[in-house]
Amino acid sequence: MTFDYAPAPESQAIVNIDSNYGLFIGGKFVEPKSGEYFKTINPATEEVLSAVAEAGQADVDAAVKAARKAYDKTWSKMSGKDRAKYIFRIARIIQERSRELAVLETLDNGKPIRESRDVDIPLVAAHFFYHAGWADKLEFAGYGPDPKSLGVAAQVIPWNFPLLMLAWKIAPALACGNTVVLKPAETTSLTALAFADICQQADLPPGVVNIITGAGDTGRMLVEHPDVNKVAFTGSTEVGKAIQRAVAGTNKKLTLELGGKAANILFDDAPIDQAIEGIVNGIYFNQGHVCCAGSRLLLQESIADEALHSLKRRLQTLRLGDPMDKNTDIGAINSRAQLSKIEELAKSGEDEGAQRWSPTCPIPDKGFWFPPTVFTNVTQAHRIAREEIFGPVLSVLTFRTPEEAVEKANNTPFGLSAGIWTEKGSRILWMADKMRAGVVWANTFNRFDPTSPFGGFKESGFGREGGIAGLGAYLDTEDNS
Amino acid sequence: MSRVEVRKTHKLFIGGAFPRSESGRTYEVTDTNGTFIANVAQASRKDARDAVLAARSAFAKWSTATAYNRGQVLYRIAEVMEGRREQFIAEIEQGEGVSTKKAANQLDAAIDRWVWYAGWADKYAQLIGNTNPVAGPYFNFSIPDPTGVVAAVAPQDQSILGLTSVIAPVIVTGNSCVVMPSPVHPIPAITLAECLATSDVPGGVVNVLTGAPAEVMPWLAEHADVNALDLTGIVDESVATELERQAAGTVKRVRQPKPGADWYATPTLSRIRAFTEIKTVWHPIGA
Repeated sequence: MTFDYAPAPESQAIVNIDSNYGLFIGGKFVEPKSGEYFKTINPATEEVLSAVAEAGQADVDAAVKAARKAYDKTWSKMSGKDRAKYIFRIARIIQERSRELAVLETLDNGKPIRESRDVDIPLVAAHFFYHAGWADKLEFAGYGPDPKSLGVAAQVIPWNFPLLMLAWKIAPALACGNTVVLKPAETTSLTALAFADICQQADLPPGVVNIITGAGDTGRMLVEHPDVNKVAFTGSTEVGKAIQRAVAGTNKKLTLELGGKAANILFDDAPIDQAIEGIVNGIYFNQGHVCCAGSRLLLQESIADEALHSLKRRLQTLRLGDPMDKNTDIGAINSRAQLSKIEELAKSGEDEGAQRWSPTCPIPDKGFWFPPTVFTNVTQAHRIAREEIFGPVLSVLTFRTPEEAVEKANNTPFGLSAGIWTEKGSRILWMADKMRAGVVWANTFNRFDPTSPFGGFKESGFGREGGIAGLGAYLDTEDNS
Repeated sequence: MSRVEVRKTHKLFIGGAFPRSESGRTYEVTDTNGTFIANVAQASRKDARDAVLAARSAFAKWSTATAYNRGQVLYRIAEVMEGRREQFIAEIEQGEGVSTKKAANQLDAAIDRWVWYAGWADKYAQLIGNTNPVAGPYFNFSIPDPTGVVAAVAPQDQSILGLTSVIAPVIVTGNSCVVMPSPVHPIPAITLAECLATSDVPGGVVNVLTGAPAEVMPWLAEHADVNALDLTGIVDESVATELERQAAGTVKRVRQPKPGADWYATPTLSRIRAFTEIKTVWHPIGA
């Protein structure tokens, strides 16, 4: 006897998507001076959702000018106490509109509604709530008795957690007294534009937050603008390096949150079923569109067969399909371009001799989809063990001793995160100490919290987001001592 | 008849040893009047690579030494320097053309700075690190880890105090470094290397390359096994900018030169922060 799931679709009725959106500059939506618009689609259906303005140089200039004016005339003169109240207002409005934001995020991004509803949007509200409280307490944060804001922050964010990445950028920037020009990713602009509406509802002074939409060129114009004081970027390591080059020799403070190739390390004493849950969450959460995803599974040899068996059995129960269905585990790949990249890397895995496996799961006719995939017989030299795939693809390697696990885990230019699964406390702390990574999850994975700093070692970037360390990214912390 | 003194050969300091430059090159160092003081080794690209290799090899052990141990090792540097007071003061006086009193003041400040940073070894993590009250059943803490191998250019003035102010905050947290002292006043740096070699600092934790930063630093800025650059001593903005660009190739952390430093003032934690990485660890809480 089998039990089938009945469809449980979330309703789209809660969102009103305009047929086109201008740029949010100086507290108002304005037509782009460029006159250009581009379409944004639902990646699960390929239906056009709206047309979004493509900001050109004149638009970027206008946005930076608005942010500068708001910084000079209003925000830098406002007390921390009052800044805090605006940020608290924003947090509350996000909570009030959370269902709408979750639906909008899922429509524009393709991620399962369960994730946008239960993970993304609650964390967005939490980030604003946490940082609001810092605005009038910065002198207690350990950055000196009178820490200063930087000025205008240029922020460029990715498409994997659109509104959450916006929150990670805007909440600390505002709390520390900076004004903001933010550019969302070109495939996921809609929740950022909804956030602009939230700023209006909160009566945030005009120009404190400016949202300009566009593609890579718009982002480049923004970070290269001579009148910005801070550049914050989350995205690919390749673009991050280009940005670091571009801001070299300027006084712009830079923080980068780039790619990863995290090892998730399973020791033979770990409770297998619990660990498999965490490992599945580690790589298949958000279709693997996660920079800190546990994309390399390191299995201790003695339990490798048993763990793989459990893993495959668990993957057969994952439900791929309509992201708006509350039962869906794996949603749509965010774009055709990303799907092609995943397909290309997966093919390289086969070509280089690794063994490919996916559960049988029906793939919808329209939209962009990639089934959860596991590669075994992977060596450290394979591209799928070295390059960030940013998709639901897990590369499995094995090890014998803790020392070998450390060696393999750290054998990457990245250093964003790592996972450790073992019942032995002393080994957890020993492994955590050895990991050259900014976030170490032990007996859990992919946990996020506004109080908890996030960011990388090595080529995964520098600077932190969240916690006390994250405030340092938006304060003038450098001196000539 | 007065005795003919035995002069010293001024060499590089790599992996705890004192090699000549593999290039066989030296350059003349003079006092402020142009009078010859010594021929000093002029480091090459190969020397820079050897120094990075030595620094990387030393990192594993130094970065996992206890904070108490690192503090004692730094304090030991101050002790050994104190024993070489006369030599340091004479070298500063001759090289920089300052009075004995000024030279002594500089040395005193340098020795005291080692003591100051020695005391930080087991404290900075308590200030920069913390536990984080996450909204869930997890224990979560953040600690500063050393960044790795740091390539540094010491200030061009205040030969021993500037050098000390750059090296001490880098190594106190467990980093290893390759440092280029002032090419005009390199002699006290070589004497410092001799102090480091005899004060329990493991070989390779500090490597000293005398020579031209503009020639050697680009190799270090591009070297994939260097994690960070400290450009404090780079005075030419265009050189600093180019090094920063090169550093982007492997996403190195870069501390830009900041003019107007007062090396006698008490430092802040900004240098320690610049070359440490916050690592955050999560673990579930459950019965």
